[in-house]
Amino acid sequence: MSATARPTVTILAALQKALADACEADEKVIVLGEDLADPEGGGIVGVTRGLSSRFGDERIRSTPIAEQAIIGAAIGASLGGYKPVAEIMLMNFTTVAMDMIVNHAAKLRFMSGGQTHVPLVIRTMTGLGFGSGGQHCDYLESWFAHVAGIKVVAASTPEDAYGLMRSAIDDPDPVLFIENLPTYFVPAAHALPDSAHRVPLGKAAVQREGSDITIVAYARMANEARAAAAQLADAGVSAEVIDLRTIAPWDRETVLASVRKTGRLLVVHEAVRQHGIGAEIAAVVSEELFGELKMPVRRLGGVYAPVPYSKPLENAFAPNAQRIFETVIQSVN
Amino acid sequence: MSSNGYTPSAETLIEIYRRAALLKANDERVRKVITSGKIAMVYYSYRGQEVIPSAFAACLRDDDALCTIYRGIHDMLAKGFPLKPLWAELAGRTTGSCKGKGGPMHLTFPEKGIMVTTGIVGSSAPIANGLAWAARLDGSDRVAVATFGDGASNIGAVHEAMNLASVWKLPVIFVCQNNLYAEHTAYKKLTGGETIASRAAGYGMAGVRVDGNDVDAMYAASAEAVARARSGEGPTLIEAMTFRFHGHNFGDPGEYIPKEELERAIVADPVPRLRQRLLDDGLMREDQVAAMEAEIEDAITEAVEYAIASPWPVPDDLRFDVFAEELAR
Repeated sequence: MSATARPTVTILAALQKALADACEADEKVIVLGEDLADPEGGGIVGVTRGLSSRFGDERIRSTPIAEQAIIGAAIGASLGGYKPVAEIMLMNFTTVAMDMIVNHAAKLRFMSGGQTHVPLVIRTMTGLGFGSGGQHCDYLESWFAHVAGIKVVAASTPEDAYGLMRSAIDDPDPVLFIENLPTYFVPAAHALPDSAHRVPLGKAAVQREGSDITIVAYARMANEARAAAAQLADAGVSAEVIDLRTIAPWDRETVLASVRKTGRLLVVHEAVRQHGIGAEIAAVVSEELFGELKMPVRRLGGVYAPVPYSKPLENAFAPNAQRIFETVIQSVN
Repeated sequence: MSSNGYTPSAETLIEIYRRAALLKANDERVRKVITSGKIAMVYYSYRGQEVIPSAFAACLRDDDALCTIYRGIHDMLAKGFPLKPLWAELAGRTTGSCKGKGGPMHLTFPEKGIMVTTGIVGSSAPIANGLAWAARLDGSDRVAVATFGDGASNIGAVHEAMNLASVWKLPVIFVCQNNLYAEHTAYKKLTGGETIASRAAGYGMAGVRVDGNDVDAMYAASAEAVARARSGEGPTLIEAMTFRFHGHNFGDPGEYIPKEELERAIVADPVPRLRQRLLDDGLMREDQVAAMEAEIEDAITEAVEYAIASPWPVPDDLRFDVFAEELAR
């Protein structure tokens, strides 16, 4: 393939392959969620399309619209030796299953003194751009990051989506795997990852090296940060872009090493800025590197408001490449 | 003779009594030990409900799964939870089954199928479904049992779980122990419909209300439900009627329970009633029953002493069992 060929592989395709490869590799991998078997369309976006036809409807099951029942069944199957991948269609619907996720999935290993554990992956989707409003596209990752015992993962590239999903399924503990609706369909890789490809949980990726400022982001905001970094290079600013990939527990070493080098940090996420993931990262960097910082840590995040419907309001809600660019220019000058 | 043809053998009846006597003695000892100040813990007495788990556990194997609740030590002991790791966990010691990290509300002992104890009302039910699904995926005839109280019959998780169990035809048995009080409030004040068992019909599932304090009725209902689950015929809801002799938790005097109601229940205490039955039927002699009870008391004493003599955990233990990998210092 020539280096200049346009990418053709999407995150959606990478996730489809990751799930199929995981089911193929290990018969203990089972999949459940609303509408996800083939008679129901293989999932509302099609991430699970083809799985039930290939692996059978005992392993790949559509469920009632009952999130507590879904996560409860997944936890029980975990305790019975299986590796369930449970889909909670939209991130807002995790609120309906919080007891199962927070009180049970995350805590059973600890509360049982390590006698049991929950190797469960919860896939969930969210994302702006479709006018879904306040109950269909929230970003609740900091709620889960605050709970000891569950890992939180989000990918920004097809390669990472594949590698993180395979690692999440392999992991012996519960993982919340956040998928971002608008990024599903963007061609962003040249080939589907090989079935041996893995991205370790807990390791961030330095997606672009730079020396003037570190931009830490994840999910769609990592893409926006890379776009901003390209613009910044044209403006004479060298930005390093780190995609956290695992939001919790996060890769302190990689972030601290980068900020030690650049002396400046901007954290970007779509989730509301107040009490967000950026607050934790800013606090740790300030604690560890106070004397080495050339400016206060900056944060960009969603506005402290429910996600709105109307286009101008929705556009104003979350950061984007332009706002990242402007914030960096203003910060370094 | 029960109406469905399932009757406990003499041997089974003796075994059910042995468990019921253990459960009663253990509850009495826990309350005594808390009062003495030797071990401090949160405790939810099940005194009065002993025959229910003693009878259903007689129909189960070690590899059948149990998901129970904070008022569940009777369920666990009936299922075979050994006394020493149980008491050491109550005492918060490293030799506890959960290394002191779970405590009375999260006791776990997978070797005997005791997979989850939850402190959240009703949350045993959705998880039991998954254990039942795992059994079927394994091609095994294992079953899963979820126990909960009458209060839990009104929480959403239980309804979601019963519907899923029915549509997936899972080998699961829901045992609702209706002790007539949900925390401090009388069952009748909180529960629509005549019975909880009748709700099963709404999910297309077998449902039966039995006198949980009647060993024959409880055994027959359990045996039938377990047979149904093992043969792939789906779930059952058993509503086992009983009474809780003490307040909601240790320290609650239970003043909301009318005196006459409580006195009536205590007169009908199911454990001495079963004891008398063994004697009347000539299954055991008084000296044999007394010897069995003395043995139980001795085993409990040994477990309490073991627990109190065991070491406390150290703060560094907090880094372990959050995830498989240890956390950084």
